[in-house]
Amino acid sequence: MELLSYRHTALPRAKGSKQQALVGVVASGDLEVLVERTLPDGECEVNICTAVAGFGNLWRAVVADFVDLRSPGGLKLSVNDGGARPDMVSLRLAQAVHAVTGDHQ
Amino acid sequence: MRDELSWYESTARQRLVGLLDADSFVEFLGPEQRETSPHLPVFDLPVQFDDGMIVGHGRIKGTHVFLAAQEGRFMGGAFGEVHGAKLTGLLRAAREIGSTPVLILFDTGGVRLQEANAGEIAIAEIMRAVIEARLAGVPILGLIGGRAGCYGGGSLIAGCCSGLAVSEQGRISVSGPEVIETNRGVEEFDSKDRALVWRTMGGKHRRLIGGAEVYTDDSMASFRAAALYLLELVHALTAGTLEAEQNRLEQRIARFGHCEDAMDVWALLGATDASGVPGMAYADFMTLAAGLEAPHHDAR
Repeated sequence: MELLSYRHTALPRAKGSKQQALVGVVASGDLEVLVERTLPDGECEVNICTAVAGFGNLWRAVVADFVDLRSPGGLKLSVNDGGARPDMVSLRLAQAVHAVTGDHQ
Repeated sequence: MRDELSWYESTARQRLVGLLDADSFVEFLGPEQRETSPHLPVFDLPVQFDDGMIVGHGRIKGTHVFLAAQEGRFMGGAFGEVHGAKLTGLLRAAREIGSTPVLILFDTGGVRLQEANAGEIAIAEIMRAVIEARLAGVPILGLIGGRAGCYGGGSLIAGCCSGLAVSEQGRISVSGPEVIETNRGVEEFDSKDRALVWRTMGGKHRRLIGGAEVYTDDSMASFRAAALYLLELVHALTAGTLEAEQNRLEQRIARFGHCEDAMDVWALLGATDASGVPGMAYADFMTLAAGLEAPHHDAR
C-alpha cells in the first residue's frame, strides 16, 4: 500500500451546500472517492491510499490537472484505489465534484 | 429512466436509490465515519470506507423500512468483521423496535477469506439476529440479483429470512460452482458450463423449487414491486412455521431427490418444455410459474 497526499490552492470555492458524496467502488481497475466539504474555501486536499505502489509522479500530475480543471475549493477528497488507470481516476475525481456540487449523484 | 436501470449492473448505493422513495434514505455509520476493515491492511489490500455494507433506513411507497445493501464489486461482497457487524447491529435494532421490516440486498460470495474467523462468526451472529428479530415479529426480506449472487454464508442467512425475491441473474447456493467442482470433480458439476450453473443456481430454478417466493425482472421497478409484495405477506415465525418448513423440505427431497438436473425437476412440476425454460423471457416465465405450483407461504 502507498499513501499519498496533495494539498493545493483552489479558487473558486466549489458550488452548492451538500456536505459530502461518495462515488465509485474499490474494485480491480476502479476506485472510490469520498468528497467532504471540510476545508477553508480556497484549499483542496487529495489523500490517496493505493494498492499499486510507485506511481506517485503520475498521481501528482493527475491531481494537479484535476484541481486546475474543476476548482474544487473547500473540498477534501479521500481516495481508496484498487489499481485504476489515470483516465479512470480523472473521471472519478470529476464525478465526485459533480456529486457534491449538484443535486444528483 | 431510473425504473429501467439494471439491478445487476448497479452499485449497492444505486440500488438503494432505485428501490426507495426519493431522498428518503438515511445511512447509519456512513463512509465519512471510516469504519473500515482492520484486517485488510495486514494483507496489503485496500479498504473501502463503508466496508462494502451500507445500512440505514428509508421509505418504500411510504412504508418505513430498515435496509442493508452489500456492494458485490468490493471483495466480491464478502462478509468481514465490520461488514457483518453493521448488519448484526441493524437486525438487533429492528428486533428492539419490533415493527419495522428489514430488507437485505444480498450480493455476496460468502465469507471474506482474509477475515475468515471473524467472517464466520459474523455469519453466525447475523443468523441468530435474523431469527431473534423474526421471533419479535419483524419481517426480514432478502432481495437477490447482484453480480456476486448469494453464496456461502450469505445463502445461509438468506435461508433464515422470512421471504426472498430473486432475479434470473441472482444465483443462490451454499457452494459456488468452482467449489463443487474442486471438491467433487467435474463429473459432479462442470463450473465452466454456464448454462448448467444458471439453471441449477439461478433465480428461475429457485422460484420453481420453492427456494424464493418471488421471481423478479432485472429492473429497479421490478425489484421495488417484489419488495412491496413481500412486505404484504404474513411473516409470523412460530414453532408451527418451522414444522411446516421441515415438512416442505422433506417432501421436496422425497419428490425431487433422484433428479439429475434442474430440468428433470421442472418436468416433474409439469413444465411441458423443460429445456425451453432457461431461454424464457420474464413475462413468459411468470405465466409458466403461475400455472405450476404456488410457493408455500406457510413455511419458512
